[in-house]
Amino acid sequence: MIVLEKRPQPSRAWSMATPLVAVLATMFFGGLLFAALGKNPVEAIGTIFWEPLFGEYAFYYRPQLLVKGAPLVLIAIGLSLGFRAGIWNIGAEGQYIMGAIVGAGVGLAFYPMEAFYIFPLMVVAGALGGWAWAMIPAFLKVRFGTNEILVSLMLVYVAEQLLASMSLGLLKNPEGFGFPGSRNLQSYGSAHNAELIEGSGMHWGVVAALIAVIFAYVLLNRHMTGFHIRLTGEAPRAARFAGVRPARLILFCLGVSGALAGLAGLFEVSGPSGQVSIDFNVGYGFTAIIVAFLGRLHPVGILLAGGLMALTYIGGEIAQGSLGLPAAAIQVFQGMLLFFLLALDLLTNYRIRAARKEVA
Amino acid sequence: MDLSAINPVLLVASLMVAATPLLLAAIGELVVERAGVLNLGVEGMMIVGAISGFAIAVETGSPWLGFIGAAVGGAILSLLFVVLTQVALANQVASGLALTLFGLGLSALMGQSYVGIKPPAMGKLDIPVLSDLPVVGPILFSHDLILYLGIALTAAVWWMLKYSRMGLILRAVGENHDAAHALGYKVIRIRILAILFGGACAGLGGAYISLIRVPQWTEGMTAGVGWIALALVVFASWKPWRALLGAYLFGGVTVIQLNLQAAGVAIPVEYLAMSPYVITILVLVILSADKSRAPASLGRIFHASH
Repeated sequence: MIVLEKRPQPSRAWSMATPLVAVLATMFFGGLLFAALGKNPVEAIGTIFWEPLFGEYAFYYRPQLLVKGAPLVLIAIGLSLGFRAGIWNIGAEGQYIMGAIVGAGVGLAFYPMEAFYIFPLMVVAGALGGWAWAMIPAFLKVRFGTNEILVSLMLVYVAEQLLASMSLGLLKNPEGFGFPGSRNLQSYGSAHNAELIEGSGMHWGVVAALIAVIFAYVLLNRHMTGFHIRLTGEAPRAARFAGVRPARLILFCLGVSGALAGLAGLFEVSGPSGQVSIDFNVGYGFTAIIVAFLGRLHPVGILLAGGLMALTYIGGEIAQGSLGLPAAAIQVFQGMLLFFLLALDLLTNYRIRAARKEVA
Repeated sequence: MDLSAINPVLLVASLMVAATPLLLAAIGELVVERAGVLNLGVEGMMIVGAISGFAIAVETGSPWLGFIGAAVGGAILSLLFVVLTQVALANQVASGLALTLFGLGLSALMGQSYVGIKPPAMGKLDIPVLSDLPVVGPILFSHDLILYLGIALTAAVWWMLKYSRMGLILRAVGENHDAAHALGYKVIRIRILAILFGGACAGLGGAYISLIRVPQWTEGMTAGVGWIALALVVFASWKPWRALLGAYLFGGVTVIQLNLQAAGVAIPVEYLAMSPYVITILVLVILSADKSRAPASLGRIFHASH
């Protein structure tokens, strides 16, 4: 008989090792899945994890890693703050959309004027858009005790409808021959989130993601608010005695995660995507939840996890083209990763022991 | 705009159809939560149920087998939640999210070859005389049998929770798992059964969407119904009949906004389409003042450290 024995303290070694073990387990079982789909598993896994980095066309895919990884890291950093304190913002997808709509809206309002201050204004507007959208569940939770999980998620669907409405109505390109979607910001110099170094994939979103990582690291390790966040998550009762004000923490965590998600949306709409369109959002807000957990809710971990997840996106696209691997298979693959991660966490918090025979 | 085209009798009849997936999923989740487990994977289990039911119905030609398959599919997916939360003692919120993300991917993978196919039609109740009655006939006596199953299930769960020994034990486990454990009840085993029941119900609800309500398969077709079902459980204060009432209310909102869209009201389609979600939020706000009814052990991890 096997029993679980709670560790007095979570094991540091296992805490570091579980993401790696989870990735390996996902590769193995993902391989089985691909084999079940009639693909060569070794080739498929190789394509996903090797091609984008070292393959023949790696020069093209490497910049894509930054493009895909930046929004994931940016959103996941924000989410991780709340997750640590037991505040569950799962509506980042909606905040991402709102950031894009508001930010792009501000930019388009200036069209066709060219000025240096337009892009910074858009960045501020994008952050505010995401922040405001996240303030809805935050305010409702603080004021009425409403469940933030459900409210933030419901607002994703509301935001998707708003996005459709905007790309068909208010923000529609007047010179777009009736097609849905806004003007392309890539061809509007002052509003374009261009690559900082040509061909590197490095745009302002990547810079913002790196700043967010540093900001979160400092906040969690060197700042009182960060301490309160960690304390609330690990020992809620102690947090109350320590004078943590839950309401303030809720507003802070949801606000920051909303603003970061909004920023991610703005950098995406003004850069790689270019326009507000009905299918603008592609699920970064949800994948970022996986990234946050894979990174163990730690800023540096999230940076690495964001890179890995971007790799599966790009590798998945390559495998789609070259092996005919369905897009949904990659989604399953990413979901599997989260499963193994959560399951293996057991080893961090518990010891597995063979039960000794007990005498009566 | 032509509101006179909206027939109130048909409105009520279609409201009941729209409410059934919600009701099925909510009743399942209600039992799970009464046992003290918060499974946020309802959306994932629904969509997997929707495609497994659809696929089996198409392959076998029998919608009944489809529904059975959907229940099994939902239960199998919930088994993953069991492993995570009851065996590996993982955080229930995170595990539920994982279930939904995984389920959405899995269903898309399973459903690739089923896009654009029509499923076999489900027979409707047709009692001579009764089904032909004006007003009462279309509302009460001419639905498919799964709709009645949803109502019967509500009654059964209500009776089980209120009057049976099993219900008493289930509630004890949900209210205070340590005390229930001390009394010798198998907390984990009871919770596992509750979770599997919840998965099966969610699967049925999903299949109701893909086989009857729509009926066809499109990716992500549950579109948040699973999440609304979760909200419905809160709305219902964990009571089955109130879940039925809530489901009909939400069904009503959905149907009315669809009817308004069809009637060409001056409100843009997108704003009508977002109304069910906005109303869910409003209802949550109004009802969240009273949390006293929630099972006391809801969402807490049980580990017998004897």
